[in-house]
Amino acid sequence: MLRPESEAELAQIVAGLTAPVRIRGGGTRGVPGPKAELDISGLSGITLYEPGALTLVAKAGTPVAEIEAALAAEGQRLAFEPVDHRGLMGTGGTPTIGGVVAGNISGPRRIQAGAARDFLLGVRYVDGLGQVISNGGRVMKNVTGYDLVKLMAGSWGTLGVLSEVSLKVLPKAETQTTLAISVPDAASAVRALSAGLGSPYEVTGAAYDPALGQALVRIEGFEASVAYRAEALSRLFAPFGTVARLEDDPWPGIRDVAPFHGREGDVWRISVKPGDAPELAARCKAEALLFDWGGGLIWALMPEGADLRGRLGEFAGHATLIRGDRRQHAMFQPESAPLAALTRGLRQRFDPKGHFNPGLMG
Amino acid sequence: MDMPTPNPTVLAKKPRLVQRLRQVLPDDGVIDDLSETRAYECDALTAYRCPPLLAVLPASTQEVSDVLRICHEEGVPVVPRGSGTSLAGGALPTADSVILGVARMNEVLETDYDNRVIRVQSGRTNLSVTGAVEAEDFFYAPDPSSQLACAIAGNIAMNSGGAHCLKYGVTTNNLLGVTMVLMDGTVVEIGGAHLDAGGLDLLGVICGSEGQLGVVTEATLRILRKPEGARPVLMAFDSNEVAGACVSDIIKAGVLPVAIEFMDRLCIEACEAFAKAGYPQCEALLIVEVEGSEAEIDDQLTRIIEIARRHNPLELRESQSAEESARIWLGRKSAFGAMGQINDYMCLDGTIPVSALPMVLRRIGELSQEYGLKVGNVFHAGDGNMHPLILFDANKPGDLEKCEAFGADILKLCVDAGGCLTGEHGVGIEKRDLMLHQYAAEDLEAQMAVKDVFDPHWLLNPAKVFPLSVSESRRAVQVAAE
Repeated sequence: MLRPESEAELAQIVAGLTAPVRIRGGGTRGVPGPKAELDISGLSGITLYEPGALTLVAKAGTPVAEIEAALAAEGQRLAFEPVDHRGLMGTGGTPTIGGVVAGNISGPRRIQAGAARDFLLGVRYVDGLGQVISNGGRVMKNVTGYDLVKLMAGSWGTLGVLSEVSLKVLPKAETQTTLAISVPDAASAVRALSAGLGSPYEVTGAAYDPALGQALVRIEGFEASVAYRAEALSRLFAPFGTVARLEDDPWPGIRDVAPFHGREGDVWRISVKPGDAPELAARCKAEALLFDWGGGLIWALMPEGADLRGRLGEFAGHATLIRGDRRQHAMFQPESAPLAALTRGLRQRFDPKGHFNPGLMG
Repeated sequence: MDMPTPNPTVLAKKPRLVQRLRQVLPDDGVIDDLSETRAYECDALTAYRCPPLLAVLPASTQEVSDVLRICHEEGVPVVPRGSGTSLAGGALPTADSVILGVARMNEVLETDYDNRVIRVQSGRTNLSVTGAVEAEDFFYAPDPSSQLACAIAGNIAMNSGGAHCLKYGVTTNNLLGVTMVLMDGTVVEIGGAHLDAGGLDLLGVICGSEGQLGVVTEATLRILRKPEGARPVLMAFDSNEVAGACVSDIIKAGVLPVAIEFMDRLCIEACEAFAKAGYPQCEALLIVEVEGSEAEIDDQLTRIIEIARRHNPLELRESQSAEESARIWLGRKSAFGAMGQINDYMCLDGTIPVSALPMVLRRIGELSQEYGLKVGNVFHAGDGNMHPLILFDANKPGDLEKCEAFGADILKLCVDAGGCLTGEHGVGIEKRDLMLHQYAAEDLEAQMAVKDVFDPHWLLNPAKVFPLSVSESRRAVQVAAE
């Protein structure tokens, strides 16, 4: 087990690699790969935190929980609300911020606040030749040269091993409330959520749980503002079904796909135009479904080995196999030929020897 | 300003190029007469001019593909151009390059309010994207000051921002998809109305790549419902430090204004003389704007004013009407025009960590004395993006050079303070030679490797972003290919 405790050590190890490795943060997200592991959990610690500038810098192996605690103490948070995959994947371990960034792991609030990649200000990473590369910085406005920061987010380790990340953080909300609208089907749910998201009342969560028959909408902010907006949205949603105010906070459960926990089967994550969601979801013939991002994100629990992409056919969007046999179905949606040529070219340049999670993305 | 020597082999190809291009474009789409190509000799960085070999104005993705394919086969560099509003020389041609202007592609292709996206041709102006959706009370958020004229293509190339980006993000946070043509004519479709990439985030690296990776012909953009209302409050302080501390406290209190603008004494004086907005005479002025319903606005402003009072402002001016709001903004919005009335000026756009503002302003003041050039500072205080405006006299020999040297020192100071060379305008040619102050050689190599993948012959806007010495061996590929 390779486990560096500094960036310099990480660079040295990578430079000396002679065979492919699986890059491991907390090992919580079920990323497949070679048996040999490169464990970055030894690169840990917050190196800068300026609440008044909304900026935090941390080594890639820092536990997400440590960062969230430090932010909470100052009334701030990671606004993109990263998913905790452990319940869904049945894994243990400690999620790291490097894993969050590498997977662009983003939860329900992505629909309003943006994804992890939209909060990433800078990266330091080790490329396939063992060089330490820096891109971006610690400021929000930065158009100095190419934005490799965005490219590293969601690259699942295939372009380099993250050693440090700089993030924009935001204030926590003073309070929140959730409205639940009873709807008969996905099409009605998406219409209701669309009305909410298209209103001026700043909805920060828009989900639909078919098992409950409810479309769920979250409103956050200062108390008086939340009360006002909840009232206005209740009136707006009335034509779609009965509207109730929820006592509990359903959003961590939506974020972590709680309805699928403890259930057998493959888990797919489908990204679509919200209006297409009801029709595409129906094609899946899934065991269970959960909709987020106003319908733009569909979680599908499928019979083991089911060919979900085959059932979907041609569609605008992409389907990722989150839990299932990746030898049978590629984890990532196959790309068009010209795009595949570009991404292949990028992997070849960043990791010429093919040591980083090879074959994971193409 | 160093630019690559025009390639004589390419120059000699002009008649052949014109002939080949006229086969794929209508006659008026190929501009080869010097009296007309002169119109493309510069962008908004007017100190540097060079008429291109030719200019072409395609009107479709297919035409762009045909043009690029021909130029690729002939080994001719291409400089894409939106509206030519770049302040960094992003659209500056060399004498051997073809300007490819997208201005004829300016249609709205689809508006989808249910899914909150709009699809446009890339030559459409920024403000007219909002124009296409404002009847339904929607808007497109990134709002650079040049939005009346600048094109979406340029916004994507430079990852443009604007006053509203503190809350709504910049172009890359609002861009969902593109149709892009590679230098060899290949057309690629990336993204769409769905969120997030299905694999590597190519959109993320394309945005901000300054026309060096491909020519974007269509874009899918996020549109948002307009908030119910907005209102500014103006605050006057007797020091930059205090103003900076006030900004920090507002943010720490959990209030997220939609804009926080800072102006220093010189700017305030210039704006008053020009716009007569009735600004108080003081060291530092903040304009903070919040959004929401009337009640929400009241609530946020109450919190902000309470925080401001703790810093002993010289004056607090809350708007009581739409007209007063306009007057509060009037001075700030006419800042550049006001400075232009006094003098020629150079506008920089380095970014710094918000906490570094007092130190950086102090140091800029010292440099101003050393160089003997006055500078006014406008600053997007919420995100640290500075716009120092250096006043000089273009007619005085040596003043431009002195101004550029002063500007370079300010930008290096921004980097040394933990910031970066450019927050909005891009590198272009203007900051090429400072890139090694911010990045190590291997960092630039990693960026250039991306261009190697998209444009192996380095024909697309090759003289920008990277110092010429650093990109030389790659640009030599195109010459060797002759």
